[in-house]
Amino acid sequence: MSSRSSDWWYDEAAGPLVRPYALVSGRTRPTWGRLNLATQVRSIRTSTDPSSLSVEHQEIIRLCRTPLSVAEVAAYLHAPLVVAKVLLSDLIQRGDVITSDPSRLATGPDLNLLQKVLDGVRAI
Amino acid sequence: MVSVRSEQREELLVPSSVKIVVAGGFGVGKTTLVGAVSEITPLRTEELLTEAGTEIDDLAGVEGKNTTTVALDFGRITINPEVVLYLFGTPGQDRFWFMWDELSHGAIGAVVLVDTRRLDSGFGAIDFFERRGIPFVVAVNCFDGSHSYTEDELRHALDVTTNVPLVLCDARDRESCKVVLARVIEHAMSKLDHAAIA
Repeated sequence: MSSRSSDWWYDEAAGPLVRPYALVSGRTRPTWGRLNLATQVRSIRTSTDPSSLSVEHQEIIRLCRTPLSVAEVAAYLHAPLVVAKVLLSDLIQRGDVITSDPSRLATGPDLNLLQKVLDGVRAI
Repeated sequence: MVSVRSEQREELLVPSSVKIVVAGGFGVGKTTLVGAVSEITPLRTEELLTEAGTEIDDLAGVEGKNTTTVALDFGRITINPEVVLYLFGTPGQDRFWFMWDELSHGAIGAVVLVDTRRLDSGFGAIDFFERRGIPFVVAVNCFDGSHSYTEDELRHALDVTTNVPLVLCDARDRESCKVVLARVIEHAMSKLDHAAIA
């Protein structure tokens, strides 16, 4: 290996100090399988005990006080998508996070929805 | 002060999301287009690739890294409190086709962005959306201001019929990009209409 300083990695270039999959104990498959990139997630106030949650789970709950997509959660967490999906599915199963209706994505948008989107795009 | 009751209702609302995929070759201006219309600075999320991907990685300068990431840039437009539109840029490199299925699943439609110097960079994306029956428009990014080709010439070079809308645009310009998105949505609506009649 070359020892030229330009080959060294600093800060974010060096990658995370904790390997991404360590955050999810090596799990690469979400337990709740219907999360798409654009699925909306939102945290709700529950009486579940937060002390059993990791820092990342708690960060997601904080982020999702306003609805966000799965992709936004991953971006704000600086975590790969699959990691965000695994953590989110934990929270969905606990009841701390709810999602938009996944059947809508499966069937695709209808004319009424498309007209709203068209009007919205023209209005920005 | 808003009443407690409306706050509770607000708490249960989870918006629906819709997607438009922005596809095209590397460096053609996908993220520029997304940034021109997005209400947030385009965000980047990454997916880690398995080792099969790293073996064929030819990116100079990153050979020392153990994992390869596929970067996705995306933006958002809040249509109203119930609907959010996301614009997802596809990874530019052809070897990331497998990501496109999740990206385009349930999408309203797609933009295939090309520039006149490398029209062939759009072939793969055009083929992908045609095969899957996903409504798409071809947007020709004329950022250098040169409109040196006619629409007929562009259609011939890209091998797209008049059934596919073709728009000239400037990916840096918000109004121009709004027109592109509107065309995608209108095209998707007309396809739904035809499907309802047939």
